[in-house]
Amino acid sequence: MTLLHTPLDALHRELGAKMVPFAGYDMPVQYPAGIISEHLHTRQAAGLFDVSHMGQIIIEGPGSAATLESLVPADVDGLADNRQTYAVFTNAQGGILDDLIITRWSQDTFFLVVNAGCKTQDIAHLRAHLSGQTLTVLEDHALLALQGPAAREVMHSVCGDAAELRFMQGRPAVINGVNVYITCSGYTGEDGFEISVPGAAAANLARRLLGEKLVEAVGLGARDSLRLEAGLCLYGHELTAQIDPVQAGLGWSISQPRRAEGERAGGFPGADVIFRRMVDKPALRRVGLRVNGKRPVREGQSVLDESGRQVGEICSACYGASVGGPIAMAYINRELGLPGTKLLVVSRGKQLPVTVTPMPFNPQRYFRG
Amino acid sequence: MSQTPSELRYAVTHEWARREEDGTVTVGITDHAQEALGDVVFVELPDVGTVFAAADDAGVVESVKAASDVYAPVSGEVISINSTLEEEPETVNSDPYNDGWFYKLQPADSSELEALLSAENYQQQCEDE
Repeated sequence: MTLLHTPLDALHRELGAKMVPFAGYDMPVQYPAGIISEHLHTRQAAGLFDVSHMGQIIIEGPGSAATLESLVPADVDGLADNRQTYAVFTNAQGGILDDLIITRWSQDTFFLVVNAGCKTQDIAHLRAHLSGQTLTVLEDHALLALQGPAAREVMHSVCGDAAELRFMQGRPAVINGVNVYITCSGYTGEDGFEISVPGAAAANLARRLLGEKLVEAVGLGARDSLRLEAGLCLYGHELTAQIDPVQAGLGWSISQPRRAEGERAGGFPGADVIFRRMVDKPALRRVGLRVNGKRPVREGQSVLDESGRQVGEICSACYGASVGGPIAMAYINRELGLPGTKLLVVSRGKQLPVTVTPMPFNPQRYFRG
Repeated sequence: MSQTPSELRYAVTHEWARREEDGTVTVGITDHAQEALGDVVFVELPDVGTVFAAADDAGVVESVKAASDVYAPVSGEVISINSTLEEEPETVNSDPYNDGWFYKLQPADSSELEALLSAENYQQQCEDE
């Protein structure tokens, strides 16, 4: 299969990136600095990520909020203009088809950012449920994420208007005469911004941001370790069509007005199953694991209790550069999920001691004003 | 471009071997290998006294991306290990041919070293990969 390329492809190569196939795109997994250094730079200053592989979709027209609410358990109708919410597309069994961010641009216009690996399916799913609204895929747009404690300072010098944004707010802006949409969001646990920019202007904007002393290019490798340290889920790992939001620890993403006792209760696929789950509690829960040693654990490895009985499986693992050791997320039997619980992970024939650890592993530092 | 010092011998499995003046053989992984692995976060070394046949499993090197087995390039007995790698595995990335060495062997048959790849042949193998 031919790989797709983002508008920053030439820049990645110029920067010496190691390119790997990811969700059908040729993407930078790391630059010469390396994953650990890129990770730490993002925590200490600012990292620039190309996330143009993600799907950018506009849903427009009267009834757009209601259409979206028929697919996700979030409070879409209650969003103010230029505010965003995290959401999940659910299926009839309550499983998760994808997770996404919905931003209300205006009364009847919504901007969605969905996962690269799910976007074809998401677009078809959305189209099948439109009732007179139009769906536009921003095929020609790039998405840049600027993340880290220095991101706001950098944004001040590049686009002062956006530097006032608080977490989960957005606004249209103009940078170098180009219309962009900037949100205060990201997936690293740090303060930062995502900039949706026309593809033709993306490389220039990226070069300008990289020209700032505090900014370095960061690849998908560090993006994964940053999100894992921040305790954030990744579709295909923590989230699948077989896992419901309650099991995933995303009960908070079922907004109050959409809950069983809410004013717009249910109305999304699998609502009955999910409401029952909220009462009964799933058998498994998502937990953080800290390895008591330096040997890493990996996705798919079994988790045992101290008697050697299998009690779960690792869904994501990485070297947590900021916590200084290997960490993981796993689904394990609910009763073993208390922080401090000692468990074992089977890694290449060895049983490694791990401890259930509260998440995030590294404190989130969103700017809430 | 990775470094491939001409005075070393190389295994197809990306270990290097250096004959020391005292007849022992020092073993590590190549610059090409460390670069392909990315940031190394853990190295499992053999115990001193272990006797290897050539190509035996001799440990594991784990990077942020993947785990990779390490093999003994020649047969012999492990006489010392580089225990600094336990605390500073990143040395494998920064200095694979010197401070990043893995272990030393007392070789069983020193002619085995000659059977390994030359720098030139190893480089060719890396280019062909």
